[in-house]
Amino acid sequence: MSSETEIRPFRVDVPDEAIADLRRRIAAMRWPTKELVTDRSQGVQLAAIQELARYWTADYDWRAGAARLNALPQYTTRIDGEDIHFIHVRSPHENALPLIITHGWPGSVIELLEVVGPLTDPAAHGGSAQDAFHLVIPSLPGYGFSAEPAETGWEPGRIARAWAELMSRLGYARYVAQGGDQGAAVTDAMGRQAAPGLAGIHLNFLREALASAGSMPADSEEERAALAAINAFRTSGSGYFLEQATRPQTVGYALLDSPVALAAWMLDHDTDSYYKISRAFTGGQPSGNLTRDHVLDNITLYWLTGTGASAARLYWDGGQATAHTAGQARPEMKLPVGFTAFPGEIFRAPRSWVEKVYPHVIYFNEVDRGGHFAAWEEPQLFSEEVRAGFRPLR
Amino acid sequence: MSTDTAGGNADPAVRPFHVATAEETIVDLRRRIAAWRPPEREPVDDQSQGVQLATVQDLANYWTKEYDWRRCEAKLNALPQFITSIDGLDVHFIHVRSPQPDALPLIVSHGWPGSVIEQLKIIEPLTNPTEHGGTASDAFDVVIPSLPGYGFSGKPAATGWDPDRIARAWAVLMERLGYTRYVAQGGDWGTAICAAMARQAPAGLLGIHVNFAQMVPLGVLGHIRNGDPAPADLSDAEKRAYGQVAFATYRRGYGVIQGTRPQTIGYSLADTPVGLAAWLLDHDATTYGHLARLFAGQPYGAITRDDWLDNTSLYWFTNTPTSAARLYWQQGITGRNFNAPADVSLPAAVTVFPEEYVQAPRSWTEQAYHNLIYFHKAEQGGHFAAWEQPQLLSEELRAAFRTLR
Repeated sequence: MSSETEIRPFRVDVPDEAIADLRRRIAAMRWPTKELVTDRSQGVQLAAIQELARYWTADYDWRAGAARLNALPQYTTRIDGEDIHFIHVRSPHENALPLIITHGWPGSVIELLEVVGPLTDPAAHGGSAQDAFHLVIPSLPGYGFSAEPAETGWEPGRIARAWAELMSRLGYARYVAQGGDQGAAVTDAMGRQAAPGLAGIHLNFLREALASAGSMPADSEEERAALAAINAFRTSGSGYFLEQATRPQTVGYALLDSPVALAAWMLDHDTDSYYKISRAFTGGQPSGNLTRDHVLDNITLYWLTGTGASAARLYWDGGQATAHTAGQARPEMKLPVGFTAFPGEIFRAPRSWVEKVYPHVIYFNEVDRGGHFAAWEEPQLFSEEVRAGFRPLR
Repeated sequence: MSTDTAGGNADPAVRPFHVATAEETIVDLRRRIAAWRPPEREPVDDQSQGVQLATVQDLANYWTKEYDWRRCEAKLNALPQFITSIDGLDVHFIHVRSPQPDALPLIVSHGWPGSVIEQLKIIEPLTNPTEHGGTASDAFDVVIPSLPGYGFSGKPAATGWDPDRIARAWAVLMERLGYTRYVAQGGDWGTAICAAMARQAPAGLLGIHVNFAQMVPLGVLGHIRNGDPAPADLSDAEKRAYGQVAFATYRRGYGVIQGTRPQTIGYSLADTPVGLAAWLLDHDATTYGHLARLFAGQPYGAITRDDWLDNTSLYWFTNTPTSAARLYWQQGITGRNFNAPADVSLPAAVTVFPEEYVQAPRSWTEQAYHNLIYFHKAEQGGHFAAWEQPQLLSEELRAAFRTLR
């Protein structure tokens, strides 16, 4: 049935009343007392979030963010019962390599907007025509303009199968995939499923090491540093992970009812990105492309789509899937894998770890800038890495 | 002090206290609940993803349409309440003396997500036992403080208010009230405070009673942390407790968030009453199940919907969810596991309530409380023992402390 696989154009259209309501709620924010420490060790600092709230109501313009989205070709299509939203930009170069990039949490397609130009039209962005990609950027189920799943089970493996269907539906017979954060989990699953047409993947986050840090080599200084970073994350930085994996609905009530609560919850992801974003608001010094407007585009997207709870559920579904397959070996990764380690990431994956997880590493590089939101923060550098990572597969 | 007849506090540093909530803040609360933007219903048919939408809807409906904070305010103001500054912090407390002259002074500490509201139903049976199935020799003078950062106590402006420091403040409080021989009681955070008091053993403290025992051996906690199966040499009761602690560790997102990021979740809890209500409902699986049924119209021990919303509203009106959550952070930086053995040598009494989320085995309890003078399994009740089963807990306290009088 053509209606089943139909691809429908999509435009962002938010009623004025929703934006007025958002402003009203921010203005009515009731604040807690200031944290008792001088760093982020108790969470998002009052000065940072108050400045964010001020900027959000006084200076920020969602219409500009919506215009950036609407300047790109966007679509929705139904896959496995879910309406999936995606951006699809074809390169001017006909033989460009099709690429599907998956965002993570607390991100969205907003993270990836600035890599669209460099990846689809490299000649205009310091690259050469043979590095061009046809680019597909979907919104994860329950995120942004994708529909909110009404049933459980949308874990990374199921999303990976949906992405393979999406690429097939778009007519791509040979393509590659990229992701960090939850996008790395989806992209890893795509690689292990090895759908026909998928030629290889590139990652900027080593999910596997978070789950099984104890089995990673810890001999070199670099390996021990990565292990220490993971332990620090587990000890004091992963509360949001546990809460979203076990009680997404409980925390969801606040995330849909209070925009400032949502903003604080989203800001508190990892140490490096927290301080960078915090400084963008309090010191006016953004790190790369992590500007106040871009950060608020992403938070506002979560708010206006009301997806704080449904986005958190991905952790729950992922946790359930992991529990159900505990003790079983995962399918081997037979496809080639490229990896770029960004220095501000939760932990800086050493080459030895990447090679332990993936038997066929065709590209590994450590760069000198960028963190967890690599594509968002350093779009040019990220694009260069993606070009280099996939060059052997062209 | 002429205003101080009921409590009989002699120290001029102890000031009478009355709750007086501005009408505008009550109107604002109603307005915020009415403007609630709910999420979609959870895609499961149980509590496995957290507090269920239907329960929150029931609660929000009742909160705006039927609930009356003024009734709670009157109930609190009918009791002698005071504020006194200890260690730089204003401490709020209820202080009810028994009509019996030889009553034993007792300080009761609440926990999270509770407050002094939890303890209101035990005041009468404890202070006036002859009217509640006891004898005159069972009488207590009762002191019920609000923890630092909770309710009407001050919000600490600096770090450091961990259970040890609270315990030292409670000893000062009892001394200031003129008590030279007294006992202490608590569950949840109250149990940690009681244990700290017992370890400090201030002059006058005779013993403690807890309705949540801190007793899991350190080696066992290590196995739980590693996700190991229960060691084979555990008894059946120990295996059961092992499973309960392991499950509670998995379900402890609220504790980890409050222990590491109290400020982050604080923005939620200060700004949205429904978000706060959901957060407070989600303590442990059994309690949550009871509360969900309570708001659907079924009884939950002695706890009524009004009681539960009294407590929730108290957190809201005092804007204390963040300062309350910081107690977890304070505990976290001590590195002490909440379930680790209390290591108490003073006389200690333990009541195990059957619906508490961990059923302390006697074997482990004896190792943690070196002078265990009383150990009893109650017939019914759970995490909020004083609130759910006030008569039963009162009887437990009478029996537990009888030998210390």
